[in-house]
Amino acid sequence: MVLLDVKGLSKSFGGLKAVSNVSFTVREGIIKAVIGPNGAGKTTLFNLISGVLKPDSGKIIFKNEEIQGLEPFQIAHRGVSRTFQHLRLFPGMTVLENVMMGRHIHSRSGFFAGMLNMPWTRREEKGVRQKTFEILEIIGIADLADKEAVSLAYGQQRIVELARALALEPKLMLLDEPAAGLNMRETADIARLITKIRDMGVTVLIVEHDMSLVMNISDEIVVLSYGEKIAEDVPLAIQKNEEVIRVYLGEDDA
Amino acid sequence: MSVELFFQYIVAGITYGIIYAIVAIGFNIIYNTTGIINFAQGEFVMLGSMIAISLTPYMPLLLAIILAVIITMLIGALIEILFIRWLDSPSVLRMIIITIGLSILIREVALAIWGENVRALPYFTGNEVSSISFGGVHISPQVLWVIGVCTVMVLILQAFFKFTMVGRQMRACAANREAARLCGINAKNMVTLSFMLSAGIGAVAGCVVSPITYSQYNMGTGLAIKGFTVAILGGLGNSMAAVVAGLLLGTIESFSIWIMPTAYKDAISISILLLILFLRPGGLFGSKEEMTLKEF
Amino acid sequence: MRGRYLHITLLSIFVVAVQVITQITDTTYYLTQLTMAAYYSLVILGLTLLMGYAGQISLGHAGFFAIGGYTSAVLTTYNLIPYKEKAIVKVMASMGMLQMREDLYGGQILNLHPWIAFLLAIAITVAVAYVIGIPVLKLKGHYLAMATLGFGIIIYRIVLGTPLFGEADGISDVPAFGLLPGIEVSGDMSMRIQNYYIAWVIVIVAVLLLLNLIDSRVGRALRAIHGAEDAADAMGVNTAEYKLKTFILSAVFAATAGVFLTHFNGGIGPSEASVMKSVRYVAIVAAGGMASIWGALTMAAVLNFLSLRGYFGSYDDAVFGAILIVIMLFAPEGILRLPVMKNIQRLLRFKPSEGSDGAS
Repeated sequence: MVLLDVKGLSKSFGGLKAVSNVSFTVREGIIKAVIGPNGAGKTTLFNLISGVLKPDSGKIIFKNEEIQGLEPFQIAHRGVSRTFQHLRLFPGMTVLENVMMGRHIHSRSGFFAGMLNMPWTRREEKGVRQKTFEILEIIGIADLADKEAVSLAYGQQRIVELARALALEPKLMLLDEPAAGLNMRETADIARLITKIRDMGVTVLIVEHDMSLVMNISDEIVVLSYGEKIAEDVPLAIQKNEEVIRVYLGEDDA
Repeated sequence: MSVELFFQYIVAGITYGIIYAIVAIGFNIIYNTTGIINFAQGEFVMLGSMIAISLTPYMPLLLAIILAVIITMLIGALIEILFIRWLDSPSVLRMIIITIGLSILIREVALAIWGENVRALPYFTGNEVSSISFGGVHISPQVLWVIGVCTVMVLILQAFFKFTMVGRQMRACAANREAARLCGINAKNMVTLSFMLSAGIGAVAGCVVSPITYSQYNMGTGLAIKGFTVAILGGLGNSMAAVVAGLLLGTIESFSIWIMPTAYKDAISISILLLILFLRPGGLFGSKEEMTLKEF
Repeated sequence: MRGRYLHITLLSIFVVAVQVITQITDTTYYLTQLTMAAYYSLVILGLTLLMGYAGQISLGHAGFFAIGGYTSAVLTTYNLIPYKEKAIVKVMASMGMLQMREDLYGGQILNLHPWIAFLLAIAITVAVAYVIGIPVLKLKGHYLAMATLGFGIIIYRIVLGTPLFGEADGISDVPAFGLLPGIEVSGDMSMRIQNYYIAWVIVIVAVLLLLNLIDSRVGRALRAIHGAEDAADAMGVNTAEYKLKTFILSAVFAATAGVFLTHFNGGIGPSEASVMKSVRYVAIVAAGGMASIWGALTMAAVLNFLSLRGYFGSYDDAVFGAILIVIMLFAPEGILRLPVMKNIQRLLRFKPSEGSDGAS
């Protein structure tokens, strides 16, 4: 079943076409990667899907509903979570609290309930805390729960972001260069976690530079170049695709 | 409304408008080099006129004004050196609060020195009742002084930023501080200079307008918010547009007295500020993209 | 959470202790300023939530204080006697919404009951905060600061220029506010102790509500917005709505303080709406450490008390200007977080709450 259907998406900045008439689909339960040389429009595509940018034309259909033009928080409510290329953890908050933010859309307490500290809000908070701990266990960082998130090592922060995105219990998870700045061992850890998340039933769309990571874990790959889609296939076929080799590998040493 | 009255309103609008424009340019100069909105901008105008008033008994008017402008410029430099220069990439909130605090302190010091009395510089030529007639429209010669001096000042500023080395260096800092630094421009000194420059033009404006509007220790806040309105109307950082916007606001304000009680005059111009902020934060003449181009 | 109630209990004990001490030392006249300081603290508590937790500056909170105070003052002083035969006045009278009293010269005054006036004041505040808040909170940095400053000046100019609001004289002869039979907010000398407790009970309740809120799902979301707005957005937090609700809540705090203080003082003047008042509130929030309820409360009580007792003399405004500069230059985290203060706390074996939220 198709979970995400991107149809003829375009976005320009001034005169520059960052994303030009890009279409592809993401089936439920797979890991799909978007790759391409620098300036290919990957990040713009990502920001369009997550609602940070509004497309000039085209449609983004998620679970049979058009979501282009919605605000990021509305898209999150529909079951899409994301991580950031440049880490965006909440400063001054523990790992637990950071990941608890992922449970925001699954809890209800508002201003009045919060101020009055109603019994049901206390129960709800307890539930959120419990569920968050379960997620920390799954991701394997339960021992870091009480540490301040932004004081952790870079690789650990990436994992906390992953846990936070998972806590939202998304149908689709968008990962923006999850291995950026990581060494090989950390990259392997992240790869294992992403596969684990896929196996839990979460569909993953990933933008990544690290070719080996992409080739190892992706089920399908979309290749962008200068804002246009030039190929879409399984990893093995992409590796043999001549045009991809020409535009992508010719520029990057991966 | 008679034609004469109509032109009286226009003239009043231009007189106030050009003062607002000078305050707005003061905002822009500092904003362009630092990214800071200096909430104490109005206090420079007050200081310029008050110091000049205190000096007039001891020297000729022109000398008093020149000296007052220089002193205000030194105060501007001192403020930058004492309170701004050594802060390491402070947050916007922090800078806002510091400059607000400065404006209060300057005002309170002025209150301690000069008291609550309303003062004024003498008319540059003639006196309160002298007027020049243009086809039935009576204009005080001081109005011509205000318009003339401010226009010349705007032109000199333009030339300064276009043709002099220091002016170009300041523009380079505005465009890209890091790159300017690499080219050997001392960005910190440029910031000091921008404070001096904006204090200086504020002081000049304060002196020329003092005979008409009078001066008081607390005149700064009102001028600052009007000047900011004008700066926003013209698009923050765009000084030529600020002149147009200043004249526009001055004229609107001047005509508003006709339909609303005078007591609400300030409320009207501030409502314009709010409307512009809500509808077109890039200014009347600017687009969002132009906002990012911090050219003088 | 236990710490929260412990601190509240300590605060309550302290409030009682202060009253007892003034009784023993025969300095009960201090209670008047302590009562006023309590109401001003209420404004500052609300502003702390807005500035420290939601990260939005407001240089116009005196405007909301004034909206509360002036609405209440107008409604409870406007004499309805000339209209008492009008149907609507009769209906209101029969519903108990009006009260009859005598003015200083024995004349009859029929006016709206303070409770009704209070509720209307809050309703108007919510409406204004809502209408202003939607566009204003889209702005950031300097724009937000100037827009809120502009809002404050507009309110100031309106109360100063409108005969209904008494122009430069303000409104006087505002009646006492009978909260419950036997309990009323009034500046009457005989009611001094009672009013001290009314004010501080309100503050204690406000502190409790805010601490609860900060420790809740909403407080977590607010801190997330403050720390990384785009990430909070991506987690499904409707950041605009949260900012707006916080803005309205803090406006309601300010308006409530305005209503009560106006009844306590028996009047209100335009200086309560002035820019300097708004700046003063911001100064105290900054001195308290921005995101610290206890820091803000401490600074609010101490600085307002000193100011009201006239310790700063004619340098009152200058003192607050200087506080702003000194705090922002040397202790942007607030006085209570300076290393010196940390050491003092350790010496006193007072265990400071961990983390930067200041609430335990």
